[in-house]
Amino acid sequence: MIRKHITSATLALAAIGAVSVVQADVTRGELMATTCFACHGTDGHSAGSMPSIYGYPPEIMINQMKAFRDGRRPATVMDRHATGYTDEEIELIAEYLSRQ
Amino acid sequence: MQQRFSRRNFLRALGAGGAATALAACGTMPGARRRGPNVVVVGGGPGGATTAKYLKRFNPGIQVTLVEPKATYHTCFGSNWVLGGLAEMDDIAQTYGALKDRHDVNIVQDTVTAIDPDARQVRLAGGDTLSYDKLVVSPGIDFRFDAVEGYSEAVSRDIPHAWKAGEQTRILRDQLRAMDDGGVFVLVAPGNPFRCPPGPYERASMVAHYFKQHKPRSKVIILDNKENFSKQGLFMAGWERLYGDMIEWVPSSQGGQVEQVDPETRTVYSDGGLTRFRADVLNFVPSQQAGAIAREAGLADDTGWCPVDQLTFRSDKHEDIFVIGDACIAGAMPKSGHSANTQGKAVAAAIVRAMNDQDMLPLSTVNTCYSLIGPDYGITVAAVYRFEDGGIAGVPGSGGVSPSEASDAFRRQEARYAQGWYDSITADTWG
Repeated sequence: MIRKHITSATLALAAIGAVSVVQADVTRGELMATTCFACHGTDGHSAGSMPSIYGYPPEIMINQMKAFRDGRRPATVMDRHATGYTDEEIELIAEYLSRQ
Repeated sequence: MQQRFSRRNFLRALGAGGAATALAACGTMPGARRRGPNVVVVGGGPGGATTAKYLKRFNPGIQVTLVEPKATYHTCFGSNWVLGGLAEMDDIAQTYGALKDRHDVNIVQDTVTAIDPDARQVRLAGGDTLSYDKLVVSPGIDFRFDAVEGYSEAVSRDIPHAWKAGEQTRILRDQLRAMDDGGVFVLVAPGNPFRCPPGPYERASMVAHYFKQHKPRSKVIILDNKENFSKQGLFMAGWERLYGDMIEWVPSSQGGQVEQVDPETRTVYSDGGLTRFRADVLNFVPSQQAGAIAREAGLADDTGWCPVDQLTFRSDKHEDIFVIGDACIAGAMPKSGHSANTQGKAVAAAIVRAMNDQDMLPLSTVNTCYSLIGPDYGITVAAVYRFEDGGIAGVPGSGGVSPSEASDAFRRQEARYAQGWYDSITADTWG
């Protein structure tokens, strides 16, 4: 997904004669993950008592979000958030957060 | 090369007529360095500040200017905690140093007095004019001071609304501190829609907490222009648990609909003058509308709020102007700092994507409102939103309020997270 974006951007630039690029793009995974940042801090680095959520391997984050969603993991508010996302959306968010 | 790439794409996205237009747009930027497209953001509250930060994050090649009159912005969220004695004014103060130094946002301390959509310029009270390629308007709310007889902006210095934080918060806090034990605090709550739906009820809670500590014979009365309110069951159960009968809520049908204020005697009247309430401390929160600059620029409709394309937050009125936060009509989303923060990210993405000649992504926004009933008693309402059938709607099956039956430990944990939420959202917005 990410690789595909970079490749297509590079091709587009080559077509207009550019020689270097900083990819200026925002993906669906990033936009959705940024909504987590209000509570969990920018890039998932909490500024206070909320748990930080950066750097987890995607499979752990996916597992935890599904556990919140299914009620297998007790929560104060995350059960009410996790029910708002499909499997695909959880995977996109987890993939993005794992790289922060 | 990257900068030229950005500008070229941006102009293509604008549908601009070619190089002549591009040069003209550059030429009107006063004192601006020629480096990429130029976005001006009006208002440095949670909506505007988040937009500025995330525009730079998503595309560092964009030149971002944030116009905000105040050097220090006091958040409305958290201001009730000051009234309750749980926080000081400094704890809810935010500044713009990190946006400027860490995120390369051009901070202009001034007030936008006019928007010229045709020339794509804003005029500032200080006399300068700023040109923009895209404009994001996030002015928050203004009050309808003339909606109730006897109240006005001048009167608000004695009878505060305290619904924009800062000096107004101080006035109300000081009046509460000066009040004798056994006094009556009357809070007049506005009709829908208004900023921070749970706010009046958290405020009543925090004032009751302060009274319980320092003035236990005192009373809190909420006069409401509504028949029900946000998290009502949770608030009322918490009030009874923590404060007994100290807090009384009066719905509009039972005399809560205030029609007149007498500032001299701190008396409010309802039911055509048949019902009256005299306060020792009176907190009048007027009904609301979009911030003045949005209305004066023709961005509002006859509701007083600004209609937008709820996928991109593009104004229905002007092609290159976006409106977010309390001022816009955002479907099912409440007017809250959290909503403004998440809308700021969405509008930043919409603008950056448009500059790349890409369609907007599927919208995903969130709201979480933490309220403190007591220092160790927190409750929440949460929702996840999507763009569906032309508007922003909650995802079915998600969201909702804290459980009505919960342990003390659960309420304590949500209270602890309320502070954690404040710390993270302010860092995410201004840090």
